[in-house]
Amino acid sequence: MAYLELNNLSKTYGQGNSATEVLSNINLSIEEGEFVAIVGFTGSGKTTLVNLVNGLLQPTKGEVLFKGQAVVGTSHERGVIFQNYSLLPWLTVGQNVYMAVKESFPKEKKSTLNKIVSKYVEMVNLTPALNKRPAELSGGMRQRVAVARALAMKPEMIVMDEPLGALDALTRGNLQDEILNIWEKEKCTALLITNDVDEGIYMADRIIPLRPGPNATLGPEFKINIDRPRDKTGLNDNPDFKRTRNAVIEYLMDIGNQRKSESEKEYELPDLSPKNFVGHFK
Amino acid sequence: MKQSIALGKLTKFMGSGFLGTLKSIFTGKIEKEDFKNFLRKVMVPIASILIFIGLWHMGAKSLYTIEANYKIEKALSEQGQQAADAMKACIASGDVSCQPNTLPSPAQVWASYKTLLQDHYAIRANKKAFKEKTATINAERLAEGKNPITYTGRPSFVDQILTSLKTVFAGFLLAFIIAVPIGIVIGLSKTLRSSANWLIQIFKPVSPVVWLLLVFMIVKTLTKDSQSDSAFIISFISVGLCAMWPTLVNTAMGVASVDKDYINVAKVLKLGTFKKVYQVILPSSLPLIFTGLRITLSVSWMVLIAIELLAQSPGLGSFVWEEFQNGAIDSNSKIIVAMFVIGGIGFLLDRMMLTIQNMVSFNKNDGV
Repeated sequence: MAYLELNNLSKTYGQGNSATEVLSNINLSIEEGEFVAIVGFTGSGKTTLVNLVNGLLQPTKGEVLFKGQAVVGTSHERGVIFQNYSLLPWLTVGQNVYMAVKESFPKEKKSTLNKIVSKYVEMVNLTPALNKRPAELSGGMRQRVAVARALAMKPEMIVMDEPLGALDALTRGNLQDEILNIWEKEKCTALLITNDVDEGIYMADRIIPLRPGPNATLGPEFKINIDRPRDKTGLNDNPDFKRTRNAVIEYLMDIGNQRKSESEKEYELPDLSPKNFVGHFK
Repeated sequence: MKQSIALGKLTKFMGSGFLGTLKSIFTGKIEKEDFKNFLRKVMVPIASILIFIGLWHMGAKSLYTIEANYKIEKALSEQGQQAADAMKACIASGDVSCQPNTLPSPAQVWASYKTLLQDHYAIRANKKAFKEKTATINAERLAEGKNPITYTGRPSFVDQILTSLKTVFAGFLLAFIIAVPIGIVIGLSKTLRSSANWLIQIFKPVSPVVWLLLVFMIVKTLTKDSQSDSAFIISFISVGLCAMWPTLVNTAMGVASVDKDYINVAKVLKLGTFKKVYQVILPSSLPLIFTGLRITLSVSWMVLIAIELLAQSPGLGSFVWEEFQNGAIDSNSKIIVAMFVIGGIGFLLDRMMLTIQNMVSFNKNDGV
């Protein structure tokens, strides 16, 4: 039995005539300890998929099974890293993490909780910023806080919704490595949703393209057999990396072109020619 | 050093940067840019104040002339030339008995201000003397179990201001206690929101006078047997009821429109309902709640005058009304003094709330 299973999952927004099926017939199974990446265009229903997995949304059809149990709501077992960090701006870095830790281990003493907080803040290299508010931090630092918050709850699985999407390329690369390091240390299962194919291949064991919505569904999966730890600079010359990357991109582009050609109607334009105004302005 | 920090704080409190520029002049650090700022922030306001006073002076003068001419003409048509001449002489001599009753000039208002201040010192001295005089008797009465003798003389202008402030804060507190909790509850539930909406929409625009009458009907019956100061109770409850609506609406709106991201965080962390309200919803709606409270405080102060005037409760409102009824020669200028005092205190109250509001606010996009 797989660790996380999505069976014939569909999600429809709205009702009656205005109903749009965002996701349809999604099937996926993730094994324990695996790192799976899902790539797709923006607006293809990626966030909806994440919210179904973490329990913020309920599927219209089908089911999400986590360790064999249907997911009916959020759970501390599945940590979430949101696309837009979602830190509480009135709390400091430490307080943001503390709030999560406190909820996940309600019976622990305050000193123990504080230890957990400082451990995870240290892990994302933010100890100097422990008492700062999110407003005083850069985007990369904020996302690190979000990572620390999600991991400090000691989840068994971590769900990431385009966690690095809003960051610049350099920060992005650093944080990818940091997340990978932590993932290896904590040995949790990970589901990464991204719009960056390179990122998906660099980080994941498997990469699965999401055909864009409405009626988004998962495409064929690509296994990535590159040994860890992966070398980012050497990756570009790795034939495996190139092949997978080209295949994924080709697949996604193909769908894109198909959709484009579907929407390309021909319009007959009236035969107009500019009037000659030369004589009018003398 | 300490002084300059205090000055900086005061500057921030005033929110105009006016004192900051003054400071840079005194410390001698003035540059070209500073000089421009000095012109804009100090000279221009001073000039506009002077223009205002000038216009007021001229306006008052022309009104005075109209009134005086009318008086003279009236004397002429009713009593003949001699009476008219007498009236003219009387007005020119500045005699109190025949002064035209109109808008007072800035100088008259300033004189009234000084009179009121002197009056206050006199009454304060009286009170002190009374206290000393009755100290021994009161101690005896207290020992016998009787009520002490209290000063029942006329309150001074400053006393009236303090009473008004007391009423407005009591009303504001009442509005706070009623509106914030109800706003939170309404904001949390769509059903309650739509059930309370008609009530809010209907009661919000009701005039202070009507609230006063309503409160009067209820309080009159409730306080029939008690000795308490029902005028004060009526006025502060009316103030509270009039002024609570902005806070109620803003709180409900703030609670109802909490960023979805924060709600998602609360869900992912599995916060209980109570914790969700206290740790996520309330902090994130605090800026809006405080905006509401700020409006509430300024509305309280504004309606207070009208309500005191009608409820015969002591304070600035009744001061204004009594002076108007009084019709003494300096009544009009005393009313204008009260007007400036009311405006000034209103401004300070608003600044106070703004400072508190800035302290609790955060940038909405900070966490994102």
